[in-house]
Amino acid sequence: MRGLLPFLSQRLLRALIALWLVSTVVFVVMRLSGDPVPLLLPPDAPTSEIMRVRKDLGLDRPLPVQYAVFLKNIVRGDFGRSLHFREPAFSVVRGYLGATLELGLTAFFFAALVAVPVGLLSAMKRNTLLDQAAMGVALIGQSAPTFFLGILFILLLSLKADLFPTSGRGDWKNLVLPAMTLGAFAMASIARLTRSAVLEVLRADYIRTARAKGLGEAMVVAKHTLRNAAIPIVTITALQFGTLLGGAVVTETVFSWPGIGRLAVQSIYNRDYPVVQCTVFIAAVLFIVINFVVDLLYGFLDPRARTG
Amino acid sequence: MASSIPAPAPADLGAAIVEAMPRPRGRRAPWLIRLGVGFVLLLAVGAVVAPWVLPLDPERQSLRSRLKPPTLEGADGRAHLLGTDHLGRDVLTRVVYGSRVSLVIGLAAVLVGGLIGSSLGLLAGYRGGRIDGIIMTVADAQLAFPFILLAIGIIAVLGPSFPTLIVVIGLSGWVSYARILRAQVLVLRSREFVEASQALGGSPVRIILQHILPNVLASLVVVATLELARSIVVEATLSFLGLGIQPPTPSWGGMIQEGRDYLDSAWWISTAPGIVLMITSIVISRTGDWLRDVLDPTLRGE
Repeated sequence: MRGLLPFLSQRLLRALIALWLVSTVVFVVMRLSGDPVPLLLPPDAPTSEIMRVRKDLGLDRPLPVQYAVFLKNIVRGDFGRSLHFREPAFSVVRGYLGATLELGLTAFFFAALVAVPVGLLSAMKRNTLLDQAAMGVALIGQSAPTFFLGILFILLLSLKADLFPTSGRGDWKNLVLPAMTLGAFAMASIARLTRSAVLEVLRADYIRTARAKGLGEAMVVAKHTLRNAAIPIVTITALQFGTLLGGAVVTETVFSWPGIGRLAVQSIYNRDYPVVQCTVFIAAVLFIVINFVVDLLYGFLDPRARTG
Repeated sequence: MASSIPAPAPADLGAAIVEAMPRPRGRRAPWLIRLGVGFVLLLAVGAVVAPWVLPLDPERQSLRSRLKPPTLEGADGRAHLLGTDHLGRDVLTRVVYGSRVSLVIGLAAVLVGGLIGSSLGLLAGYRGGRIDGIIMTVADAQLAFPFILLAIGIIAVLGPSFPTLIVVIGLSGWVSYARILRAQVLVLRSREFVEASQALGGSPVRIILQHILPNVLASLVVVATLELARSIVVEATLSFLGLGIQPPTPSWGGMIQEGRDYLDSAWWISTAPGIVLMITSIVISRTGDWLRDVLDPTLRGE
């Protein structure tokens, strides 16, 4: 495992820099939003009361000190109190996290389990009607706006065909449409990249050798093609999971799914900035952790990546 | 690359992204792309001339003709080819006016992102060293984050307006330009014509503008096209979430949002702008892919 440690520490450093940049942007945006004190107090509050709250929140201190305190609080998981829910912002967000993870994981596995076989089949049956149809659908899936896809699913599969409920969280039927909507882009990307990865391998000399020595097509696929195509497929599939998080904001809003994406949008309407900041930060942490794990996975699967 | 040349044996990430789709036969665009580009151009012309050509006002309400399905002659004696919405406004008129918001914000965001991204990409590639390191670290950090969340946060604080939307959407796309231009400049930098110009005492600005920029223009056009499709979708998404251009100004995302409550009884309110948005997005990104294949096949690896 030579070279793994430098690779690991370099990736960890990169993840930490990304986290620090995100928290700094969150801090700057928070300062841009102006003084939060009037939001907390009745409009006729006396000046002494305003001064006291400002002091409590540390707003009377110089900006660099406030920034340091802000970073320290984040490390401790303290994002301030929600103005709407009247409890710590972090525990509010934590309550909504489960629904998002449920939706995200379902969409992800749904996308991967459909897309990898479709991409493989497309590559094996290259340039047939089946291949062209699958890739045509994938192209549409990649460029169609997520939120409109959700609306179309509601219109066709829920209101017209009456197969699934339009919104909310409950049994598995509630999960189908949001998962399809959220997974569409990942599914399209994974299918297209699986097809390219398999085609790339099929052109390799060792495949020609395998065929030349009389190996059956099934063996060629199982023993030689899949193994070598696995690295890019696994990497890209895992990376798509991170991308799903961004789509969750829109999907959850369309389907009234009680996750952190919808919480973020609603908190914006409620002007509940602590919750907005906390959601943005938690999502960033999730995203960065996933990318970090994918990087590690890639480093393990393909030793050549460690040098790059 | 001719198919007789043996491909590099084991697949890696880069090779996987290199698609193995059939090469375009010539420089003539396939009919589907020409048809699509025609549609988008028609939309653009419509957006410009709408006030002089369209008979109806996109914001005028008419309570008598609410939620009417597509018709050639409505109760008010007018044709509503795509029906009317919950306030009796003509959906077709609003879709055409909505393309103004989409196209103006989309194009302006591409301009902002393209200017920032290509300047930083050229700088990083040409200068290298510490400047390159800083620019690329920031780029990586931004890629390591779902930008839509940050965009929502920023717009929520600053309030939605044309300038805010343009800057935020533009900033969300600068990394694509920077990465591709940097990679190309790294190669161009050591070419003879650049070295010759350096030996003759050409200033960096002159070398970049005269010798490097013309050579990366093709890639720039490709990235800008793909970014235009993305910007239009992001704008519509923000409008759908209520963070874009505010009503009553028509925007596609806003119209889709307004029609949501009437999906069961008046499906055309959401679907008309939605399908136009979908076609626009697919056409522009397919055109970008096609341009990439024709102008610069090496970009496939990006």
